Amino acid sequence: MTSDFNGTRPPALTLAGVSRRYGGVHAATSLDLTVTPGEMVTVIGPSGCGKSTMLRMIAGLERPDSGIITIAGEVVADRRRYQEPERRRVGLVFQEHALFPNLTVAKNVAFGLNRLPSRERQKRVAEVLELVRLGHLAARYPHELSGGEQQRVALARALAPRPAVVLLDEPFSSLDETLRGRVRADIVAVLQETGTTSLLVTHDQTEALSVGDRVVVMRDGAIEQADTPEKVFEQPSTRFVASFMGDADFLPANVHNALLTCEIGVVSTVPGWANCDVNVDVVLRPHEVALAHDPAATARVISQEYRGAFVLHYIRLASGRTLRSWQPHHIRYAPGTPVNVTVAAGTSPTLLVDDRAVTEPPVGTAGRPTQPPAPSPITVLR
Amino acid sequence: MSETAVLVDAGVSGPRRRLLTGNGRPMWSAAVLLAAALVVTPVAAVVIDGLGSLNSGSLPQDIGPMIVTTVLLMGGVGLSTLLIGGGLAWLVTAHDFPLRNLLSWALVLPLAMPAYILGFVFLSTFDVGGPVQGMLRTVLGPGAWLPDVRTLAGAVVVMSLTLYPYVYLLARSALVEQSATTYDAARTLGAGRSRALWRVVVPMARPSLAAALALVMMETLTDFATVQYFNVQTVSVGVYLVWKGSFDFHAATQLSVLVLVFAVAVLAGERLLRGRSRFHQKAGRGEGLKSRRLTGWRGWAAALACLSVLGAGFILPVAQLAGWAVGEAAGGSEPLLDPRFVEYLVNSVTVASLAALVCAALALTIGHAQRLGGGPLVAVAAQATTFGYAVPGAVIGIGVLIAFARVDEWLELAGVPGGTGLLVTGSVAGILCAYVVRFIAPAHQAVDASFAKISPALTFSALSLGSTPRRLLTRVHLPLARRGAAVALVLVAIDAVKELPIVLLLRPFGFTTISVWVYELARENFWEKAALPALGIVAVAVIPVYFLFRRSAGLKAGAVTHDQ
Repeated sequence: MTSDFNGTRPPALTLAGVSRRYGGVHAATSLDLTVTPGEMVTVIGPSGCGKSTMLRMIAGLERPDSGIITIAGEVVADRRRYQEPERRRVGLVFQEHALFPNLTVAKNVAFGLNRLPSRERQKRVAEVLELVRLGHLAARYPHELSGGEQQRVALARALAPRPAVVLLDEPFSSLDETLRGRVRADIVAVLQETGTTSLLVTHDQTEALSVGDRVVVMRDGAIEQADTPEKVFEQPSTRFVASFMGDADFLPANVHNALLTCEIGVVSTVPGWANCDVNVDVVLRPHEVALAHDPAATARVISQEYRGAFVLHYIRLASGRTLRSWQPHHIRYAPGTPVNVTVAAGTSPTLLVDDRAVTEPPVGTAGRPTQPPAPSPITVLR
Repeated sequence: MSETAVLVDAGVSGPRRRLLTGNGRPMWSAAVLLAAALVVTPVAAVVIDGLGSLNSGSLPQDIGPMIVTTVLLMGGVGLSTLLIGGGLAWLVTAHDFPLRNLLSWALVLPLAMPAYILGFVFLSTFDVGGPVQGMLRTVLGPGAWLPDVRTLAGAVVVMSLTLYPYVYLLARSALVEQSATTYDAARTLGAGRSRALWRVVVPMARPSLAAALALVMMETLTDFATVQYFNVQTVSVGVYLVWKGSFDFHAATQLSVLVLVFAVAVLAGERLLRGRSRFHQKAGRGEGLKSRRLTGWRGWAAALACLSVLGAGFILPVAQLAGWAVGEAAGGSEPLLDPRFVEYLVNSVTVASLAALVCAALALTIGHAQRLGGGPLVAVAAQATTFGYAVPGAVIGIGVLIAFARVDEWLELAGVPGGTGLLVTGSVAGILCAYVVRFIAPAHQAVDASFAKISPALTFSALSLGSTPRRLLTRVHLPLARRGAAVALVLVAIDAVKELPIVLLLRPFGFTTISVWVYELARENFWEKAALPALGIVAVAVIPVYFLFRRSAGLKAGAVTHDQ
């Protein structure tokens, strides 16, 4: 967790054992999550993984079957209690902006402030519109705005009543590619500036990694991993996370006496795995796979894709398995070229046993560690 | 959630509770259930009474011929509307000929001509005393055989001429929306124009045709006055006649059950015809078929075909009515406006407006409650409210009478002397109640269509911004569904102005509406006197035709942005 937990302030949001079923489908299975104030958490997963269900349960649009949800220390859903959405302090921003088409920008933003006296209301409207730099459009109607402007108004409207947490449901996916980056930067800046706690659902891996203080990866209604972006990418906890968050290939490998070997040779030493002989899968990302022209090699380049800055090479190993490798754009091996495949220096590959990442020998397969821990947990042999 | 108890007792567990009310708000869900109960009660009352008395009383006489007549009438009208409406739709969408654009919308107009008005105009022209037979007799001699027009065939002709626009409208929008690519694909695969029509276009339009046919049959089954002019005894007329003639309660309810069987058969038939095809014009918003230009005499023949249907169904009868009305006024025998005309008009408008307001309010409540997440039970209840439209007015009228009689009994048992008193028979409350039961369906459909265009995200946004359900209704749902609500008001009001049997069955003594007046005058062959009020009804009925047409034309225009 990135934000340090301030003992006096309760978490902005907690989910404890929250589950929801539709008929026989488990849309959410025992979700646990704690979001500290000011944190920005991105939620990602394939469609149907339950990320939207989670959001809807937090907002109060969906009632959990079991589990407890708290917002700013207040229980909003548990076995008995269920707070209606209009009484929760949750802001919502939708993909399709969902501005009220019959109201002006100013009235849209003022919608959630109807309990304030008129003078304060106007002040707050001006304030949040200034925050998203749209003060000059206050009198316009939503259909007179561009997509990016509409999304900024939607954010202003959600922020106006000072919610404890803002939920954003794929907020940028309706914008076209060129606009998207800019609107995203704008909105993330506003959220950070105001110290708003937020939960952003996305299906874009890059977005999840670049925007979030923390990334929650979901699959089949369950949270697979909730960690910093670096950890999610570099130390995925499952095979699914490894392949979903970026490109990954898997090779069967073996750890014997702390030495990790696979088809392309010795990969690294694995300290603490002495005296054991375990079969694992090693996760290799394309940027970790090095190639060198070698007429004697058994691996062959089978195709390449030009991606601008990089060229992605597909290599078939002697066993028939394929690996992918990024090469700088000036290096292009023609299909059929025999290449020697190695793992780039400094790589600490993730090891999988039964689809789960392991950091120590599985119980029963390993002997006792015989050496004191090495300074670096995994080092590549070169 | 303390008010939960309204619907479910505290002991009901989570998932079970959700089945009953979903995530919705108990009060709003309860309102929907109440509306459904209101609609279902009269129909259920009829069914219970009818089935319960089956072995006690004798079945009404000539029930056999009645059934045969009804089947023949519905079959005949269905077939000929399919031919006329489908043919005209194909002519207008796939061809280009003189006056096409004008005709393509004008062909909807006969929908504004109630069959009981066209019926008496038709009789005045073609019956024994009419000008056509008179002329024929002078040509052929007084003894010549001339066909009798007061027959089933005559009724089929008149009803087809007023009902074909249903088929025309739905077939036309099916053809317009149908993507040209499937038709083009068929052509490039070697199908000729007519083979492509029968193998691709018609099957794709089948769900629409089935829906239209169901509407036509329903209207035919419901008809009450036209069939009487033509001496055609259908089961619906039977209900009224048995009731008014002998006040034989059970015979009337037994016949009503039979009418309901017909209604259910029509609905089931539609399902069957539609088959498993769920491609209800899902093939994409195409350009529609490329129209083929008809030149020379072919073009004029096409225009003439459209014009003759339009003339027979609308232009000529309106001209005739106008002629009579002017003649009456010029004759000077009576004041230009009979004072009764104003009184009956006010009666009609008052009852119709009240019914429209109640129906629109209920429809909005239903839409709103469902938006708040009603759950399966509320969804079923909302669907149940639309069933009343398939039930002929005479049946609903009897159902309302029975239901109120029961309420009276209970009230007297509970110690209220006189129960509801003369609430039903002494005021328009019964009429209003029956109107709501019968006409909430079009209101629901209109409002529902508007709600469907409101993104759920808007509802959720408003809620998460702290809006209570009531504020959500007044500030978001109502403004955004106002067009649907307006359409609902108009549709219900006009249907109510045209409605006959409900008023005849339930009206308090001395209460007459304009439609009843027209019917009574026409039945006694006072064509000229009936002309002015009839024209009034036609003029009012043109309004929903405009809405209907604009809606089907709007589909072509595609996405219309929210204008302010």
